[in-house]
Amino acid sequence: MKAGGSISIWFFIGLSLLMNGALIFGAGLYQLVHPPEHPVVLYQLHANIWWGATLFLFGAIYCYHFAPGRRQIR
Amino acid sequence: MNPALVLIRGNQLVHLSPVDLVIIVFYFTLVLAIGLYLKQQANTSEDFFLAGREMTAWVAGLSFLSANLGSLELMGWAAAAYQYGILAAHWYWIGAIPAMLFLSLVMMPFYYISKTHSVPGYLKLRFGEPSRTLSSISFALMTVLMSGINMYSMALVMKVVLGWDIHVSIWISSITVAVYVALGGLRSAIFNEVLQFVLIWAGALLIPILGLVETGGFSGLKARITQNASAEYTHLWGTLGSFNNNPMGIHWTGIVFGLGAIISFGYWTTDFLVVQRVLAAKDLRSAKMAPIIGAAFKMFVPFIVILPGLLGIALLPVKLTGEGAAVASGGHSYNEVLPLMLARYCGPGLLGLGITALIAGFMSGMAGNVSAFATVWTYDIYGALINRKANDQQYVRMGRWCTILGVLISIGTAYLVMQFLSIMDYVQALFSFFIAPLFGTVLLGMLWRRATPAGGFWGLLAGTCSSIAMWAWVKLDPAALRYVALSPHARDMAENMYRALWSWIVCVLVTVLVSVVTRPKPVEELGGLVYGVTEIPSEGQVAIYQRPLFWAAIVATVFFVINIVFW
Repeated sequence: MKAGGSISIWFFIGLSLLMNGALIFGAGLYQLVHPPEHPVVLYQLHANIWWGATLFLFGAIYCYHFAPGRRQIR
Repeated sequence: MNPALVLIRGNQLVHLSPVDLVIIVFYFTLVLAIGLYLKQQANTSEDFFLAGREMTAWVAGLSFLSANLGSLELMGWAAAAYQYGILAAHWYWIGAIPAMLFLSLVMMPFYYISKTHSVPGYLKLRFGEPSRTLSSISFALMTVLMSGINMYSMALVMKVVLGWDIHVSIWISSITVAVYVALGGLRSAIFNEVLQFVLIWAGALLIPILGLVETGGFSGLKARITQNASAEYTHLWGTLGSFNNNPMGIHWTGIVFGLGAIISFGYWTTDFLVVQRVLAAKDLRSAKMAPIIGAAFKMFVPFIVILPGLLGIALLPVKLTGEGAAVASGGHSYNEVLPLMLARYCGPGLLGLGITALIAGFMSGMAGNVSAFATVWTYDIYGALINRKANDQQYVRMGRWCTILGVLISIGTAYLVMQFLSIMDYVQALFSFFIAPLFGTVLLGMLWRRATPAGGFWGLLAGTCSSIAMWAWVKLDPAALRYVALSPHARDMAENMYRALWSWIVCVLVTVLVSVVTRPKPVEELGGLVYGVTEIPSEGQVAIYQRPLFWAAIVATVFFVINIVFW
């Protein structure tokens, strides 16, 4: 479904995932360099790094695939 | 139980870092920008109230599910899972899947072909103005009051989880919702529901993943729950042979006939907040597929809602209690289990996303209520009773203004609830009075052509009054529970289920009895409304995997397998 004009809903969702993924990944890298004083449980798994990267990847795919002007798949 | 009641105690649970705040601000900016962008697409009443009827099955399906998946529900059902164990999953499985599939295959053709704008609108076509008026006024009132309760609850959650001022939370979120719904109408509300759906999974999915890593898988989780609580907490059906054998104090008949047959069908097939999303589908096939897609995702929602509650039993170092005990002891209540699990695993960034998911859930719930209220008010009260000659532009203007009015009434309700907390219980009881009888009325209307306008109205009224009467009886005399819920050991949830069952039966009986002695509508006026006189378009020569029935069968099969696996 297009949100209007030539922009698909899924493009905006991709944008949200891209931005959030980048911020979370960045926060994860920062914590890797500057370990927190009171880490969360299972901190050693560095969930913010791989989860942030996953969201970023999905966001990038959605933004590319549903970019305005590209052929839209409904 | 209401998660909002959690939160009267102070003691901020988590502290946000700058990156968390950026994530939250980005969300608010994005939804406002989308609302502004969509304004150009909301210039006719069809656009504003039904999103132009051009939603794909996926968008309609995800927003159909998401309209129900508010944060109050997320937090409330995680709390229920902590308190009652895996039994809480019934509300996502037998309490939703059969009803959603029934809506898709049996009821959607009549809703869609009749081209009604709302559920009360269908009642008007089928049974006449009195039924529509009764349904629309009660729905409009309940919807906007529920919106206010959700808003108050959100503000309270943000106060205790984050330390935010209640008034700031109420006004900022309300103004945001008012702007994007008044500008973009249902399309904007639907879009944000789909966004919320994605954010909820993105923000909440880590909790069960990391939790199962910590417990050593599901078998490790079950072992810890047995050690910390009881093995009863991990059986879906095995403990329901007696009222006393399970944490919820319910019998399987209540789950199957009260929840599975009546409450869930009443909600998922007649609550206009969810049905409106499916009415916005672009064609009949999409309208039938949307609830099936919603059902498929609904089956997996317990992974991010129920499982955190179970993980709380297994892993939290403190024992959570009821609200009263938590207030007295300064401890934590059941309703805090989801924020506590969020704080347990989520560092900077992830925490911001989790909180954003909760905020998004609250706001989209409010937007859904307000857009449904605007539609019912505009078509079924304004257009039907106040200004019958209104043109399309007047409808759109009224829609925008009563969106703002709906938000203001919601804010007023939020402040009223702040003063009188018990109002929440009364409004939720109000909701329960109407939903089961409404299902009876709509069902008979769609499947029995002999149902008359008089039968429809009196059945709906009788069913509603019987539900109110049973509720009042138990309130005044708690011993009456043994009659209403068939056991003196039944708890609140069981009482709701049995009351729904009895009120539905009363509605159906009265509808039938009155119908047989009153005059039905001529058959030629029932086209598109009733089974037997409605030509349902053929799906044509399409492959089996393109047929809604095929996918409904897949979903139903998975549903049965899940119930057996977790027996």
